[in-house]
Amino acid sequence: MSFQHKHILGIEQLSSEDIQMILDTGDAFKEVNTRDIKKVPTLRGKTIINAFFEASTRTRLSFEIAGKRLSADTVNISGSTSSVVKGETLEDTAKNIEAMAPDIIVIRHGHSGSAHYLAERVDCSIINAGDGAHEHPSQALLDLMTIREHKGSIEGLEVAIVGDITHSRVVRSNIYALSKMGAKVRLCGPGTMLPIGIERLGNVEVFTDMRDAIQDADVVMMLRIQMERQSNIMLPSLREYARFYGLNPTNVQLAKPDAIVMHPGPINRGVEISSVVADGVQNVILDQVENGVAVRMALLYLVSGVESMQTK
Amino acid sequence: MAKAETMILDKAGIARAITRIAHEILEYNKGCENLALIGIRTGGDHLASLIQSGINGIEGGEVPLGTVDITMYRDDLAVRGNLPIGKTEIPFPLDGKHVVLVDDVLYTGRTIRSAMDALMDFGRPSTIQLAVLIDRGHRELPIRADYVGRNVPTAREEDVEVVFNEEKTPVEVRLIKP
Repeated sequence: MSFQHKHILGIEQLSSEDIQMILDTGDAFKEVNTRDIKKVPTLRGKTIINAFFEASTRTRLSFEIAGKRLSADTVNISGSTSSVVKGETLEDTAKNIEAMAPDIIVIRHGHSGSAHYLAERVDCSIINAGDGAHEHPSQALLDLMTIREHKGSIEGLEVAIVGDITHSRVVRSNIYALSKMGAKVRLCGPGTMLPIGIERLGNVEVFTDMRDAIQDADVVMMLRIQMERQSNIMLPSLREYARFYGLNPTNVQLAKPDAIVMHPGPINRGVEISSVVADGVQNVILDQVENGVAVRMALLYLVSGVESMQTK
Repeated sequence: MAKAETMILDKAGIARAITRIAHEILEYNKGCENLALIGIRTGGDHLASLIQSGINGIEGGEVPLGTVDITMYRDDLAVRGNLPIGKTEIPFPLDGKHVVLVDDVLYTGRTIRSAMDALMDFGRPSTIQLAVLIDRGHRELPIRADYVGRNVPTAREEDVEVVFNEEKTPVEVRLIKP
């Protein structure tokens, strides 16, 4: 069975076989990143546009490095320096980008569904690098790759995800991805940050007490408190949040002794995770970043293969 | 229409060819100093490990062994779509080494071209030599093998298949006519 997706809009559309294939391909590409000459000619002549209409360091850099290591030409545009500030619509911007014949557009946008919207309107491949509070598929895939690397497999694991569930696209993608791969997801956060019905997205159990959520967990994934999407109604104070929903050297011991601690970054030290835990032996936060490049190389490679087969 | 299959080499024949190749490699390189074997996935990697034990049996030295997957270097990815990518494992520096690339069947030479490109990205070997179990002709690039198990004249529409058993030992080479 080969990979059939021209676009990567979310994990929701992928099967467990697709996810397996992306992770295996990512494993193979990871070796390239350890070489002295970190470049292979695989995507020579392909043009990839990274259109980031929202702030990002990690994801944009990661996609750009992934493209360059595969010998594709990568070009970045960002919201603040593009014609969007002059009032151009997303569709017009995309049509204009498309007229310059790119093979793949990687898009991050503040509105949920923006990647789908573009995929219906342009001919090239679209990779969603985060759309509003909807999905962030490449993040979930690098999380899975990291979990698989440390735990051997994903099936049967108990994965606790703690934080602002409402605003998190990382959570939605991870719920789909982990459920499809046979893991159980425990969600936890303050009541104001736990959307009603979220458990229907997959194999999910919802907790309000963090201690119950991380008890005997194999993986503890902390989410960033998104200051930019926060109103004061959600949180009385950051100190209170840190006290009830922050991971610290005491409560981390409730998880299994060999549990790993993850965070999609950027971390707010002292808020959702204490510095001691963030730098502790259980943390795999930088492994996640490292695997991010490999998994994005896999996505670019797989998507581009489907694209070139269809244009034949 | 049923396919006609002819056996070109049996298990003993393959084993003899591999032993001879191991001797030839040692003769040409005057021993196994700075020698390294790299098998091309999939097929060549199994043969490379057999040549390694062959050399080990003759000289007693352990020649470093690596594998290379050439998918990332193919020149026909645009036509073939996304082929699965295997792992490349070269756990030793190639600089100054006499590298023997090992493949099962030499045909157009394009696989070898890709494999050489891959090796160059890992370092600067002193020499690259090529060992193949079967040379079936029809080269499209100026590439030749230094060590050949068996030369088999074929037609382009024919197919040569090296069959491995579950222990990754080659048991048979077949010529398949369409």
